[in-house]
Amino acid sequence: MKLTLKVWRQKNAKDSGKFATYQLNEVSPDMSFLEMFDVLNEELVGKGEDPVAFDHDCREGICGMCSMYINGRAHGPMSGTTTCQLHMRKFKDGDTITVEPWRAGAFPVLKDLVVDRSAFDRIIAAGGYVSVNTGSAKDANNIPVPKHDADAAFAAAACIGCGACVAACKNASAMLFASAKISQLALLPQGKVERTDRVLNMVKQMDAEGFGSCTNTGSCEAECPKNISLENIATMNREYLLATVSKQPDFGGTGGAG
Amino acid sequence: MANKVSQYLQSSIGKKTVMAATGLFLVVFLLEHLYTNVLLFFGDGGKAFNDASHGMVHSIIIRIIEVVLFVSIVLHVIQALMLTGQNNKARPVKYAVSGVSKTSSWFSRNMLLTGSIIFFFIVVHLYNFFVPYRVTGTVNGPEDPANNLAIAVAEALGDPMYAALYLVSVLFLAFHLNHGFQSAFQTAGLNNRRYAPLWKMAGSFLAFIVFGLGFASFPVLFYLSKVMEWDLLNWAK
Ligand code: HEM
Ligand code: FES
Repeated sequence: MKLTLKVWRQKNAKDSGKFATYQLNEVSPDMSFLEMFDVLNEELVGKGEDPVAFDHDCREGICGMCSMYINGRAHGPMSGTTTCQLHMRKFKDGDTITVEPWRAGAFPVLKDLVVDRSAFDRIIAAGGYVSVNTGSAKDANNIPVPKHDADAAFAAAACIGCGACVAACKNASAMLFASAKISQLALLPQGKVERTDRVLNMVKQMDAEGFGSCTNTGSCEAECPKNISLENIATMNREYLLATVSKQPDFGGTGGAG
Repeated sequence: MANKVSQYLQSSIGKKTVMAATGLFLVVFLLEHLYTNVLLFFGDGGKAFNDASHGMVHSIIIRIIEVVLFVSIVLHVIQALMLTGQNNKARPVKYAVSGVSKTSSWFSRNMLLTGSIIFFFIVVHLYNFFVPYRVTGTVNGPEDPANNLAIAVAEALGDPMYAALYLVSVLFLAFHLNHGFQSAFQTAGLNNRRYAPLWKMAGSFLAFIVFGLGFASFPVLFYLSKVMEWDLLNWAK
């Protein structure tokens, strides 16, 4: 396949950046999108030019590192697919493909297609965990979990934190990401204990990072490579309201020695 | 507690919930408004409509609801502007190629536009009816038979400009609610994958059939009756 690539090139966070156009003449339809970039980069290195910087790690759709906005779509035109799992056979010979980094104030571009997604880490650090070690696997019936809750929590836990939801949303909102973790943990017995503080703190951090708010357009769900459901955002909104109402004032003092 | 509530109202979710609550309240008001307007079609010379309108003027409950209504519109618009501003700021550098139209509906992306057209209409509408009949009172008191609101409606809608503005506004109201109604339930947390299709269907039905056809019938029929010289207000007599 012959392809024309228009790729965003930006030297560093301060550089204003611009598109560069590259011609690729021998792209195999069986290559992944990232492998095509490997080919391009080898050519660039061969010519003594700076290769295109892009994030990637597992290349099997589980780490969430790859992040390319391809022809106006997060992770390209396929649904439920990461960039690393996107194959060139989905494009046509002679196509021009525009590749941009995720665009969001909260995800500043570091270089070329690489953005800083540590805002997500700070949202998780604000409460997206269970504080105590829950130990090894218990006997199956020790802690009953309704089948539906287990399935819904599992589906929400599939989030790989790639940021496609933010990239796809017209408001650069991170609500699908935050809500997936909030609902996952609120559904499970170990997570329920801290649900009040978790949702209050995670939402506070999410707003502080400068993400937009949700207008329920549904782009995030449509672009999510793991098909995380919008239902989680409704759950988060409900959790947030309930937590606001039920949050108790902290006890003063430092607590006794027992 | 108080600071928890203010934290809630300042959060992105809280602001949106205020929009949802005020939006749904406005929907309830519009249902009532539609019901009163339908009385115009009773063909009794506008008596049922006038009686209902005059009854409202004297009701203390309606007076209170009126205040809530104004506050709701103001809050809804303020939150709309604040959230839309925040949302635009969240993406300072735009995409060169954006496929957002492939993953979301036009209605969901243009709520500020459709809302602004509704707002413009509300201002004109209040100026034409609410102000002369309730505030400045250039027309005599409600008991005066000269103060026949039904005839005033028929005359206003006989004006092609006003009828056209009315019709266009109804269309944009339908667009606004086609997305807004179901969205409000999502915002309020009253949604899941079982109810989502239900809210969507109910929202489109309410927007296009109930409010769309319902409110469009007034400018269309009154304008037609002016042109065709039908006596719409008295057809049953
Ligand atoms: C009769 C008048 C109106 C009704 C019944 C109405 C109803 C609604 C409803 C039910 C929502 C959904 C809330 C949610 O998504 O949680 C909404 C959202 C919205 N409305 Fe209105 N509205 C009206 C007037 C206006 C006006 C006058 C404006 C603006 C100038 C406006 C701007 C907006 C905006 C920007 C949204 C947010 C959309 C989003 O976040 O997706 N609306 N409205
Ligand atoms: S590189 Fe790991 S998900 Fe794509």
